[in-house]
Amino acid sequence: MKQYDVTVIGGGPAGLAAAVEAHKNGAKVLLVEREARLGGILKQCIHDGFGLVRFGEKLTGPEYAQRFMQEFKDLQIEASTLTFVTKIERSSEGFLLTLVNREGLSKILSQTIILATGCRERTAKQVFIHGTRPAGVFTAGTAQNFVNLCGCMPTKKCVILGSGDIGLIMARRLTLEGAQVLGVYEIQPTPSGLTRNIHQCLYDYDIPLHLSHTVTRVFGHDRLTGVEVAQVDDNKRPIEETKQFIECDALILSVGLIPENEIAENLGIQTDPHTKGPFCDQNLQTLHDGIFSCGNALHVNDLVDYVSESGETAGRNAAKWKRFNRSFASIEPSDGISYVVPQRINVADENMNTILYFRSAKVFDKVTLQILINEKCVFEKKYNHLRPPEMERLPFDFTAFGLKNTDTVKLLIKEDAQ
Amino acid sequence: MKEMVCIVCPNGCLLHIDTDGNDLKISGQKCKKGLAFAKTEMTAPMRTVCSTVKTAFKDVPVLPVRTDREIPKEKIFSVMAALNSFVLQERCGIGEVLIEKICGTDADIIATSNILKE
Repeated sequence: MKQYDVTVIGGGPAGLAAAVEAHKNGAKVLLVEREARLGGILKQCIHDGFGLVRFGEKLTGPEYAQRFMQEFKDLQIEASTLTFVTKIERSSEGFLLTLVNREGLSKILSQTIILATGCRERTAKQVFIHGTRPAGVFTAGTAQNFVNLCGCMPTKKCVILGSGDIGLIMARRLTLEGAQVLGVYEIQPTPSGLTRNIHQCLYDYDIPLHLSHTVTRVFGHDRLTGVEVAQVDDNKRPIEETKQFIECDALILSVGLIPENEIAENLGIQTDPHTKGPFCDQNLQTLHDGIFSCGNALHVNDLVDYVSESGETAGRNAAKWKRFNRSFASIEPSDGISYVVPQRINVADENMNTILYFRSAKVFDKVTLQILINEKCVFEKKYNHLRPPEMERLPFDFTAFGLKNTDTVKLLIKEDAQ
Repeated sequence: MKEMVCIVCPNGCLLHIDTDGNDLKISGQKCKKGLAFAKTEMTAPMRTVCSTVKTAFKDVPVLPVRTDREIPKEKIFSVMAALNSFVLQERCGIGEVLIEKICGTDADIIATSNILKE
């Protein structure tokens, strides 16, 4: 049976960065990918804007992925594509993984596992739209796959529900390819995608954005013939008098992403209800010894640069991994913060240098972020703007604070007195 | 007074532009890229076009491409029309030029994926 120090599950940006970094730290690495090609979702993200933080350049998705794929190839790291992990068992010698591919079934032994399985789109079944079940209801990612990889247009005239980034990107893409995008409907009172995408994808092409609106019903037998939209009240309930019918041949959904953690759940790894990803410590090790998490499987990112960064953190620490008893202080989101990653600090580790990733719960202007240890403020930072769609990154070294496993760290927002 | 959002980077700075005769007074940018963006946006807006072109290869029906620099915003749809009438006949990789000086602009169309070389 083949043996590895680190097995990375998923060959997207997180997995590639994790594999490269684990290899550079001396580990024998295997990367398992279910698709034929590495690169993950970046393969179909042909728009530019990737890598500004990391490379200072505006790259397209495939160009960004290629930089890591090239390094991965140059380092001659082993990859098994068109391969699924169907089972993970714990044995006295490590993790026993069952792999399935065209050669059949095989088993490998690995000391550590990095879960880099990305996220999945929320579908029509998860947003409760009434009506028939015609063809023509696509998630934005599916539409993107049709257009950018298959070269097929899924619509001539469509409505987009949700203002997530992929929906905005697809509004522009479909418009460029000659489709009519009648409007983007967002149930929240604020957009859920990045501000610059609202501008460069919608306003550049005069595509209307309807906030506090939703799609209430779809029509059509074989193919979608139209949708009913309505304004919603403060409780997000559709207002009857505002309902109107819009004729179109497709409904594109961009209504949220959920970290993919089926493998983690099967192993009984605890996940954070805020992020839907595993609880992790500062080394991105989950609460299960030897299993690490990174990228969009850990929490949904808006920039790939941070996906790669978390992959590297997981890869480096998985390579250095040795069994020892961990002991945790907890990090919790408090007033104005919707989530923070990591959720734990392993206080038995001499290095508590941590990269905190967090999002605000609502739009804030001119506020102060505070870090509290046992209700005592130890750090403050002012922010001009905080917006839920825009994740914040804050490196913070907890090492000097003498944290104990009974301690609680809190992140909160204080609104400045005007 | 005009407001616009800088699209150069994910910060998405809200820029305020005061037009005082021929002078532009720009504020709100976190970096000098925002200054340059506001100036071109007020005079001759530029964009990068990212799209795909058809290929002659069955296994890869389309190849991702982009303009290697920004082009005038009003030329976006003529560039799209040119891209959609083009069929790639040779296997090429990232950075290789497919169409030179597209639609009379300074921009070349380059491949952005190595899928045809794998």
